[in-house]
Amino acid sequence: MIVLWAAYTISFLILYLLPGDAATLFAGGGDQEAIDPELVAQLRSELGLDRPLYEQYLVALGKALTGDFGVSTQTGRPASDLLLESLPPTLALTAFAFVLSVVFGIVLALSASLARAQWLRNLLSSLPPLGVSIPVFWIGLLLLQAFSFRIRLFPSMGNEGFESLVLPAITIAIPSGAFIAQLLSRSLRSTLAQPYVEIVRAKGASERRVQLGHAFRNAAIPSLTMVGVLIGGLLSGAVVTETVFSRLGIGRLVVTAVNNRDVPVVQTVVVFAALVFVVANLVVDLVYPLIDRRITLARTAFVAA
Amino acid sequence: MSFTRPRTAALAAIGVVALTLTACATGAGDPAPNASAEAEPVTGGNLTFAISVDSQCIDPQQVGNNDAIAIARQTVASLTIQDPETGEILPWLAEEWEVNGDATSFTFTLQDGPTYADGEPIDAASVKTNFEAIQALGAKATLGSSYLADLESIDVVDDQTVTINFTEPNAQFLQATSTFTLGLLSPATAAVSQADRCLGDYIGSGPFSVQSYTPNEGAVLERREGYEWGPSTAGHTGEAYLDTITYKVVPESGNRTGSLQSGQIDATTGIATADAVLFEGDDFWSVNRANPGSVYNLYANQSTEKLADENVRLAIQKGIDREQITSTLLGPDDLPAVSPLASSTPYFTDLSDVLEYDPDAAAELLEESGWTEGDDGIREKDGEKLSFHVTYWQSPKEVLEFVQQQLRQIGVDLQLTFASIADVTAANADGTYDFSYGNLTRADPDVLRTVFSVSGTSNATKRTEPAKIDELLDEQAAIIDPAERQKVVDEAAELLITGGYSIPIYQLSTTITAASKVQGLTFEASSRLDFYDAWIAE
Repeated sequence: MIVLWAAYTISFLILYLLPGDAATLFAGGGDQEAIDPELVAQLRSELGLDRPLYEQYLVALGKALTGDFGVSTQTGRPASDLLLESLPPTLALTAFAFVLSVVFGIVLALSASLARAQWLRNLLSSLPPLGVSIPVFWIGLLLLQAFSFRIRLFPSMGNEGFESLVLPAITIAIPSGAFIAQLLSRSLRSTLAQPYVEIVRAKGASERRVQLGHAFRNAAIPSLTMVGVLIGGLLSGAVVTETVFSRLGIGRLVVTAVNNRDVPVVQTVVVFAALVFVVANLVVDLVYPLIDRRITLARTAFVAA
Repeated sequence: MSFTRPRTAALAAIGVVALTLTACATGAGDPAPNASAEAEPVTGGNLTFAISVDSQCIDPQQVGNNDAIAIARQTVASLTIQDPETGEILPWLAEEWEVNGDATSFTFTLQDGPTYADGEPIDAASVKTNFEAIQALGAKATLGSSYLADLESIDVVDDQTVTINFTEPNAQFLQATSTFTLGLLSPATAAVSQADRCLGDYIGSGPFSVQSYTPNEGAVLERREGYEWGPSTAGHTGEAYLDTITYKVVPESGNRTGSLQSGQIDATTGIATADAVLFEGDDFWSVNRANPGSVYNLYANQSTEKLADENVRLAIQKGIDREQITSTLLGPDDLPAVSPLASSTPYFTDLSDVLEYDPDAAAELLEESGWTEGDDGIREKDGEKLSFHVTYWQSPKEVLEFVQQQLRQIGVDLQLTFASIADVTAANADGTYDFSYGNLTRADPDVLRTVFSVSGTSNATKRTEPAKIDELLDEQAAIIDPAERQKVVDEAAELLITGGYSIPIYQLSTTITAASKVQGLTFEASSRLDFYDAWIAE
């Protein structure tokens, strides 16, 4: 609850600290710069932007608590409707990207760890830092150039079907997958250095069995903790990717809303993102015991004591 | 179909330089090309057009952005049409009209027959409903409200005759009736909410109707069956040729370029200057036209002490080498300003003999006003530097950077801040800026009154006292006779230059780039797109 309130308040303040207001921008529209100040004043009072800041905040917060996030200043439609409309394409995109990045991350980390040749191992281990540091929009443009403009495998824009999902999802999955690979590689290395691994090895288990059967499960836990951060990465990736690939979604919605200083819409999205973050962390907490039963036992023991 | 090769970016850069060296001014004001003018237009097919921004609205009476207008214009017919060649106002829905002596009263006689897309006749009463609805929209219809300013009454004389009365002379109104803004919507639309109209829930009178519109994604227009009142400026008068037009919002410039090259879109106006070279050759065509209206200007804030001095303003105006800016920085079709008006504006006259690059004269004017060169080359007076600041968003941002270098030669320091539209609007809101920057598209010289008049809606030079220039600007607004009006407009334009009110830079232009199969896609008089004659060749 506190996280949600903080997200709401901070986003409200930032948007009001930004120069420019919705009324002037609305009346301005495009290349037109002849704006009648009287018309703007009229619009500002219609939108309630002429009232003191604290009053605007308290009224908005009061309504938000009852689930009413107000009406978009740009379109005159309820902000929550706009969010709900934009949700499905973004959900499809991020879900697909999430699956891709998990697969990509695990495969990369394990193959780097299992690789026999030193040069191959070095090469594979250097990929994750590279993937994390490439700007998302650049990956997007490269993929477009290669697989849409030169070889027409996938469409360069739009929301039509699975085909239009592939390139954007890969675009987001490259940095996110690299992030997972980075975490997993590091914890695999430290897990493999632990004494119990020596014992497993001493018992004659194959390297593959050591890594997949014994080390991987333990090494996965630190990575799991970072799922919240990963989801943040997916959402921010969606903002860039949806613009590059001209896709509908929450990312485009928020970019347009910030440019138009459309406070109700931005806040709805921010609170939604905070909610996703909170829920994701909750889910992670619930999943821990499924991977490592000791976590539940330890907690129960602690409560009992 | 042609594909991009990796080295094209580098080639594009070299190409642009090479082109600008050899280019002479071509294209501006030209009619759209007809790659195969002799070919017979074919009915049917879809044209996919990419726009760069989505304004969240496509209602013709509310929008002001060129991309939104590219959609909205096709859905409405207007009382009159402006000839893109001559600027003359010709009949469209109105077959004739009369204007009284002081341009305060306009009587239109409507054609008998045209209907709205819901079958309702386009009659005098519906014209009244339309214009009153625009007034009621107020700030949500910025353009329309300014065209209808000082509206006194609208009289429905009979079914086919309507009279619009103003309290002040309003000669620009006749041209305004040719714009999409005063395009006619069915009376049923007046009852629809402003927000729903934005989403495409309106009934128009044009050659296309809205099939669907999804903000941020795009719109689909479909041919209006039974439309047979195309204007005389078009190539035909019957139904439009295309079955549908699909507009896609593609914010990323690289994506627009690649999508056009790979055939995923058919045409766009959003190709970056540096990419233009990729579309030379037989697979594509392009055409450019200067946007009529007020050219890109640096507007001096004359309520500040330094810029109240005419000498300082004139020195800055004379210190800018416009030719150099367009020839080194912009595309081959971009023209330097030679008047406060763009060359495609009706009543435009070339004033390049008074609007000269003359750094020596500029230095003299500054000396005369007591601004002497300081140690760092920047002039100063009583310890104060001759330094100014401007906040702007218009791209390419390098144009003002070039101006900055040029002004430095005459000892003027121009500080630049390049920001978002919202930031610029906010930075200039309190009126304390030194300079603002911008243009205004309008195919009527009255745009000068809007921009420069002390009582104009923007009063961009922030003057407080009326002067001779304001008398001239008001005077042209009251003259109907073209020859008379030409004289006063010329006088006003020249005084804007010689009095240092206007510091013009260059003319904004729009370029259509399209695949060779696209035919007949043209500019209307305000350099906005007209799809009525467009068709797809197989």
